[in-house]
Amino acid sequence: MSLSLDEVKRIANLARIEVGEEEASAALAQLSGIFDLIQQMQAVDTSAIKPVSHAQDLMQRLRPDIVTEVDQRELFQSIAPQVEAGLYLVPKVIE
Amino acid sequence: MLNSSLKQFSTLLAAKKISSAELTGEFLKRSQALNPGYNAFITINEETSLNQARAADMIIASGGARPLTGIPIAQKDIFCTKGWLTTCGSKMLSNFISPYDAAVVERFNAAGAVNIGKTNMDEFAMGSSNETSYYGPVRNPWDTTAVPGGSSGGSACAVAARMAPAATGTDTGGSIRQPAALCGISGIKPTYGLVSRYGMVAFASSLDQGGPMAKSAEDLALMLNVMAGFDTRDSTSLQREAEDYVRELEKPLAGLRIGLPKEYFVKEINDDVARAVEAAIAEYRKLGAKTVEVSLPNTKLSVPVYYVLAPAEASSNLSRFDGVRYGYRAPKYIDLDDMYRKSRAQAFGAEVKRRILIGTYVLSHGYYDAYYIQAQKLRRLIALDFAEAFKQCDIIMGPTSPTVAFDLGEKSSDPVQMYLSDAYTISVNLAGLPGMSIPVGFGDKNRPVGLHIVGNYFTEAQMLNVAHQYQRVTDWHMQMPAGSQE
Repeated sequence: MSLSLDEVKRIANLARIEVGEEEASAALAQLSGIFDLIQQMQAVDTSAIKPVSHAQDLMQRLRPDIVTEVDQRELFQSIAPQVEAGLYLVPKVIE
Repeated sequence: MLNSSLKQFSTLLAAKKISSAELTGEFLKRSQALNPGYNAFITINEETSLNQARAADMIIASGGARPLTGIPIAQKDIFCTKGWLTTCGSKMLSNFISPYDAAVVERFNAAGAVNIGKTNMDEFAMGSSNETSYYGPVRNPWDTTAVPGGSSGGSACAVAARMAPAATGTDTGGSIRQPAALCGISGIKPTYGLVSRYGMVAFASSLDQGGPMAKSAEDLALMLNVMAGFDTRDSTSLQREAEDYVRELEKPLAGLRIGLPKEYFVKEINDDVARAVEAAIAEYRKLGAKTVEVSLPNTKLSVPVYYVLAPAEASSNLSRFDGVRYGYRAPKYIDLDDMYRKSRAQAFGAEVKRRILIGTYVLSHGYYDAYYIQAQKLRRLIALDFAEAFKQCDIIMGPTSPTVAFDLGEKSSDPVQMYLSDAYTISVNLAGLPGMSIPVGFGDKNRPVGLHIVGNYFTEAQMLNVAHQYQRVTDWHMQMPAGSQE
């Protein structure tokens, strides 16, 4: 199968990664090679097979709904790019 | 002394022949001298390590020592380590001082082990050559023009060059076993769910598994005793009784049934690798093992299935890197969306971006069933192949990698060729089985060859026994690269 340049730009947009024209073209060539490899999967009839999500087919554990974390806001915010008054700062979202 | 086993180091420490501070100092000195050439470590914190060693000396003096107390261990830079830079080999985390410890690090701390530094790795563990690291490639100590393998290339190099007695690694598609093979050391990826993933930077959560890398199977057993254990903070951690992985080491191998998958011994393996692996299997026959041919018919689907599932999970896991709470933020941007796009574009390397794009695509509307669900179904077929094979044998053997270490730069421009170098290891992650690699000789250009040993679920003690019995009668695991001699 072959991807188009527009598709590469569309998925880069979905993934929130800025790509320039040149980078998108380079990515296109490499992704097409990888999708040729992946394409081998389509030759197998799997209509009767159940998909796997965990190797041991485990169910999620439940636990009592109690507080287990202690407040470490200052420690965690000390490594944030930009904080003010205990809040994470980002560019204005609402005009 | 550098070549001593963990047990020998422990005996020396207990007998007060050496203190942990002296032992740690020796390895630090060596690491600092060799690191400019090998680039195995991203971070060395001499003072922090020595303080930890002095604390270990107090524990030893008070008689409270455990098997790894006072022994320096290198940590792959994927494990969050409180107060240490934890980069995961990425510019994205190049400023990330972890505010907490990963479960694995906590367990080593509780055992009294000394953290001797954080090892280099492929960016976010995505790579098979350690060439995708933001901190530059690691060199193979057997031949510095060769790659050490990846993604745990720094850990493999550090152990091979005797810069650390042992190290931790993680394995999503072969990242412990392939570098162990390429650097001539031993490494085991346990059954999925045995070692907690808490605080281990996530790549593909349904496949990621931490494990030890060391010179010998005996050392791996002692390391695994520390690393394995249930953890409520990891939703896929398995609730099982604690095991002693040392307990079966000395069992004789008479009657062991070794399965040799016919799909593994094909034209894709290089002759030099095939020769070393066949010689190792001949040695096993001398030890009393029998070999049987088994079949894993879906082997060739492993690489395609993996390159759907792992990128899909990665694209989701790596969406957390947005430049808001931690990590890299672009210096200039117009609005919030632009901040995300620029931060991620500037701080992720080419391979990481490639996998995020593949993952985003296979999970996107209209493609999800054809790719993601199809891959999950094939994953079941691959696991069933192993279940069928284990009806006829106790353990499976083959080459860890189809070739010895390749040259730096040889495959870095061709992702597909790079991906195919993990053809033997990937299926084990897909099935969630334990797998290991041990050194069994040398191939072309005198580069090491690894034997891949795959066990059934939870048979780590048996696998370590199988590896240890071979290492009792051979000395490949004791050999040191020329540039690293004392």
